[in-house]
Amino acid sequence: MVYARLIAMRLFKAVIVLFLIVIFNFLLIQMAPGDPAAILAGQAGAADQEFLNQLRERFGLDQPMYVQLWRYVSGIAMLDFGYSYRLGVPVFDLIMDRLPATLLLTGTAFVLSLVLGIVAGSMAAARVKKPSGSIIMALALVFYATPLFWVALMSVVVFSVYLGWLPAYGLYTVGADHTGFALMLDVAQHLVLPATTLALFFMAIYTRMTRTSMLDAAQQDYVKTARAKGLKPSIIQRRHVLRNALLPIITLAGLQAGQMVGGAILTETVFAWPGIGRLMFEALEQRDYNLLLGIFFFSAALVIVFNIITDLVYSLADPRIKKGAA
Amino acid sequence: MKKPLALAISAAALAFTSAALADDPKEGGVVNTIIQPEPPGLVLGMVQNAPTRTVAGNIYEGLLRYTTDLEPMPQLAESWDVSDDGRTYTFHLREGVTWHDGEPFTADDVVFSADVFHRELNPSARAVLQHVESIEATDDHTVVFTLKQPFGPFLLSFEAGTFTMVPEHLYAGTDFRNNEHNDHPIGTGPFKFDNWERGTVIELVKNEEYYEDGLPYLDGVNWHVIPDGASRAVAFENGTIDVLPSGTVENFDIPRLAEMDNVCMTEEGHEYFSPFAMLWMNNREGPTADKRFRQAVMYAMDREFAKNVLWNGLGNVPLSAFGSNARFQNDDLEPYDYNPDRARELLDEMGYDGEEITILPLPYGETWTRWAEAVQQNLREVGINVETQATDVGGWNQRLGDWDYDLAFTYLYQYGDPALGISRTYLSDNIAKGSPWNNVEGYENERVDELFNEAATAFPDAEREKLYGEVQEILHEDVPVGWLMELGFPTLYRCDVQNLVTSGVGVNDGFKDAWLDR
Repeated sequence: MVYARLIAMRLFKAVIVLFLIVIFNFLLIQMAPGDPAAILAGQAGAADQEFLNQLRERFGLDQPMYVQLWRYVSGIAMLDFGYSYRLGVPVFDLIMDRLPATLLLTGTAFVLSLVLGIVAGSMAAARVKKPSGSIIMALALVFYATPLFWVALMSVVVFSVYLGWLPAYGLYTVGADHTGFALMLDVAQHLVLPATTLALFFMAIYTRMTRTSMLDAAQQDYVKTARAKGLKPSIIQRRHVLRNALLPIITLAGLQAGQMVGGAILTETVFAWPGIGRLMFEALEQRDYNLLLGIFFFSAALVIVFNIITDLVYSLADPRIKKGAA
Repeated sequence: MKKPLALAISAAALAFTSAALADDPKEGGVVNTIIQPEPPGLVLGMVQNAPTRTVAGNIYEGLLRYTTDLEPMPQLAESWDVSDDGRTYTFHLREGVTWHDGEPFTADDVVFSADVFHRELNPSARAVLQHVESIEATDDHTVVFTLKQPFGPFLLSFEAGTFTMVPEHLYAGTDFRNNEHNDHPIGTGPFKFDNWERGTVIELVKNEEYYEDGLPYLDGVNWHVIPDGASRAVAFENGTIDVLPSGTVENFDIPRLAEMDNVCMTEEGHEYFSPFAMLWMNNREGPTADKRFRQAVMYAMDREFAKNVLWNGLGNVPLSAFGSNARFQNDDLEPYDYNPDRARELLDEMGYDGEEITILPLPYGETWTRWAEAVQQNLREVGINVETQATDVGGWNQRLGDWDYDLAFTYLYQYGDPALGISRTYLSDNIAKGSPWNNVEGYENERVDELFNEAATAFPDAEREKLYGEVQEILHEDVPVGWLMELGFPTLYRCDVQNLVTSGVGVNDGFKDAWLDR
């Protein structure tokens, strides 16, 4: 009951926020220099005025801005995201086409970074004065500080070009026509480098955060009590320390999950992963407004959904939060 | 990829021995290549941007092809006659040609493509069609173009990218842009469209019904989509990609890749487009409005340095407005050699007061950024106070279209004839705000207009040559734009891809004759 009300309230607010985001994004994009017709014409190498006018008329760019805004918003209200200027395909189809690849990549990276980060962080916390703990922390710092594109390129150079173990780019082997299990395996191989690249940064953060908040939690009175009761140290670590240390990590995981759609632009570009991030980047470069706005809409919606989920997970981890929220 | 080792070795041995017999083409195999950026669509005629041309040039065909010397070769037209007055062109079409859906290709398709489809959609064809009075099919395999007056470069405009043949039976009477067949292009070419996995690959397969005996040799061509330049280089390096069309890797990667084993490089195959890099100079206002300032810029730039360092020594430093691949170049002109002292003199003479000017690099990759830096440095050395203003493609378009710049990099195709690709930059009736590809610099000279207009329709060629000779002298003196380089756009490929570049448009129709020596 409490959950249902919580979710209903949040969804109601979400719709209003999304509506504002749509309008704000629309106006923001209008301020960017350059219009799609000129860019499309530009790639042709030859374009006369008639061609430009044809394009502008077709996209409705010859209309005043408030008309364009009205058309767009009323379209969105009917869940019609319009056509991509450049590709002439419905925006919704394009996004649905690319979404699975992105969710596969970012989802894998999300799980990978969260699991490995928490494990590494707990280990570091348990070995706080030992060299092995320091090594984990040093590695975490390196991954945290290294630019993503460099990691990506170096991993390609090492594992793909030099060692030849893993494919360097793409979602699957073009022309191999794998099906069933072979296809899954093929995709999994292609997933290794981009997912690891994407995971490293957040993994480093989770590691550092888990360690800090576990050490922090270990100082609390309830842990001392547990110790005094004579509980096994491993049980204390898991049930009392880790569980309480998880809250800040959930916050961060919620943030990372919210970035799932748009956060992989660089990785998707370097590894030629056919996902949303690349689509968004191309749409921006081409001033493909409809497509760009559509992707913004989806990422905004996803951020909101993950915020709600994060709040629910909070209340699972810490029952006190539920009361406060209701 | 998972061949047993023994097989791989014997294949290598075979490749070695068959090198001597390389003139005997082998059938089969799929070539993997790159398309960058991903094209917006593949219906040539509706979209003419470079990536569309590159892929779709294998699906669609024009009436003619061109040699690397830009001589017309038969394609869908078997032969052609030109009347003595240069006004009537009769094309005799090849018989037995079918569209990929099995329908026969006839003279009606030609009339529909040129007179209806391209008139509505295609700006480059429209520029040629303004000289055409009528297009008639006299029988199923004969088409007669009657011109309003002679138009010298007419025979050069039948390449697939400009005058694509589109199937009348699928397009006539429809809304071309929303035609259901746009998703599955139907042409007459050696390869058929098979599949387009957006963001990943475009797959073309052999046209088994192709009208030229034995062609094509390949089973198919896969065009991979890899957005990152470094990743494209890696894909070529690790062997997944066989052909790197020009412009798909950064220039500084080219020497490294070209030195790999079994890698060949050719500069041929761009004669038709012959991309010409220029520096737009704003002729309207600021120091750049002064002819002496523009001449000073020409003397200040070390173009040989740019060619050797940034473009790996490929390409050609142009003499003036007419590139070496365009016809009628006047080579009596005195070249603008690197001469900083002369530049300083000119600046003194005009009384340049150090007013700051801006330079807009072309947002097409690292080489262009570095080139802008080199030019900036050259200009500063002679005392020009110049700042760079970087933008993305959209911003660059808008700044040029609004004439809001002092100096700006660009490059344009020449299309083999001054009337097709060169005059548009200098004609004053081609000044129109909002487009970055017309007379952006705002140059107005009545005599130049006259000469270009007369030369386009003068007949025969000797007449044209005289007029173009004079126009080049004026342009050379006025320097409406800076002539940077005729770009060398090399194609890198595995040496066992044979017969790749066989025409002046290179990879755009290159896989028709290609075969794999594997």
